[in-house]
Amino acid sequence: MYVVLTLYAVITLIPFLWALSASFKPLSEIVSSEPNFLPKHFTLDNYKQLFIQEPLFFRWLFNSVIIAISVTILNLLFNSMAGYALARLHFTGKNFWFFLILAVLAVPAQVTLIPTFLILKAFGWLNSYQGMIVPCMVNATFIFMMRQFFVNFPKELEEAAQLDGLNTLGIFRHIVLPLAKPALAAQAVFVFMGSWNNFLLPVVILFDPEMFTLPLGLNTFKGQYISYWNYIMAASMVFTLPALAIYAFFNRYFIQGVTFTGGKG
Amino acid sequence: MLEVKKWWRHSRWNITEDLAGYFFMAPTILVIGAFVVLPIIYAVFLSLHKVRLLGGIEYKFIGFGNFLRLVEDERVWIALSNTAQYVAIVVPTQTVLALVLAVTLNSGVRGKNWWRILYFLPTVTSSAVLTLIFMWIYNTNGLLNDLLAFLGLPTYNWLGDPAVALKGIMIMNIWSTAPFYMVIYLAALQDIPQTLYEAAALDGANSWQQFIYITVPLLKPVTLFVVTVGVIGTFQLFDQSYIFSNGNGGPNNATLTVVLLIYQSVFRNLQMGYGSAIAFVLAAIIITITLIQRRFFGSEKT
Repeated sequence: MYVVLTLYAVITLIPFLWALSASFKPLSEIVSSEPNFLPKHFTLDNYKQLFIQEPLFFRWLFNSVIIAISVTILNLLFNSMAGYALARLHFTGKNFWFFLILAVLAVPAQVTLIPTFLILKAFGWLNSYQGMIVPCMVNATFIFMMRQFFVNFPKELEEAAQLDGLNTLGIFRHIVLPLAKPALAAQAVFVFMGSWNNFLLPVVILFDPEMFTLPLGLNTFKGQYISYWNYIMAASMVFTLPALAIYAFFNRYFIQGVTFTGGKG
Repeated sequence: MLEVKKWWRHSRWNITEDLAGYFFMAPTILVIGAFVVLPIIYAVFLSLHKVRLLGGIEYKFIGFGNFLRLVEDERVWIALSNTAQYVAIVVPTQTVLALVLAVTLNSGVRGKNWWRILYFLPTVTSSAVLTLIFMWIYNTNGLLNDLLAFLGLPTYNWLGDPAVALKGIMIMNIWSTAPFYMVIYLAALQDIPQTLYEAAALDGANSWQQFIYITVPLLKPVTLFVVTVGVIGTFQLFDQSYIFSNGNGGPNNATLTVVLLIYQSVFRNLQMGYGSAIAFVLAAIIITITLIQRRFFGSEKT
């Protein structure tokens, strides 16, 4: 058992360690034919060069952070609002909207990609933060997940709050949202990672290098420094660290989130 | 009088509920309307037109012209065949690997959580980063070829040889997505009562028999989910192919996928209508396969 587990752990880790080690090696050591895991000449030059050669790197990082954080906050708010309405409120046309959201889940994003590009173009939103944020600020999967969560939520607290004179908005803000923290946390990490790693939408709607997000910047960087693997690996490591830090802190919620989506399938 | 009062209260309650409901739904309705429903209708429209994008946008109705054209387009068939091969190899492999890892982790090893955290690492890493790391490992003097040479196996030009380029992407994606499904399996394994295994052990079933006759059948609904999500995900392969080939699907169209072709027809050849037609073919394939799977597994479940 432990042999299998260790072997697979090695398979999982080697690419990361190999990349990490390359990011600290000078180019001469990288192209030499003898592979060595520990750099013989440990150097931080690749990281320094990265920010000197590619001054836009900080800008890309900044763009990615702004977009990912906005998308996450808006998703948490709007998905739980919709999920709560679909689970608890009685309004005309509720079943229609619920059905529509389920139907939307089945449509692959590629179908909407070209029209979304044209619609964003008509709005003048290409190459902009709002172009990256607005189409992504609700998510049918997570609306569905939040609805399931609220359906199984004990009603008594809300009824008590209603007797105390709180209106629907007050109940939602002061009673429902605080109690939904576990579901929100799981959702937050998924939405954040999804936005942080998104490639298809930015590759289509962003073409001004100033507006690039990191994955896109990284791809351009690869094009410019082809075969300078030391720089490319250093850039990859800079990009990976924030995501890994988030994962290290919140890994419990990742697992919960996967389980939640999986369990409902 | 009482009736009227009741009715009045009831209907007022309804109006406020309607207001509240639509207030809560407003962002969702707006975004899904503008960026999902409208685009779907627009995509149908586009797919039936020849679209010109020269400053402004011009449409010329051509009926099913785009669809007729794609049947005769050699690159459509190459993209479909590459994507189908990719799905056919990646989905079964990652599903089996995920199941094996989950069962191994669930067999009472120590530090289960730590293994799980470690295995999950590739799943949280961006596809752009993973592709770059693997391109570095796959290059002619890279780690993989060093390893193959060390073992006395033939080496390949993984990035440049049309015969192996797609296989390189397959290996990478199996490696990076299997842990995601492993976590789903692991959660499902917790729900299988331990007493079933104990009873089977009393009847003399060894652990392989327990795996085949208890674990696998009980996990069937989860497997359906894992396979369905896997098929949908693999049919949409794009990032890795794009980065591998600088967006052209090379070497010699070996990494050309359907989504990459949609991208190219729109953003390289500026053929919005044709691209939309290909997107509909992709959607039709994905939805059909999903329905067939539901049917196939569903009928056996009861």
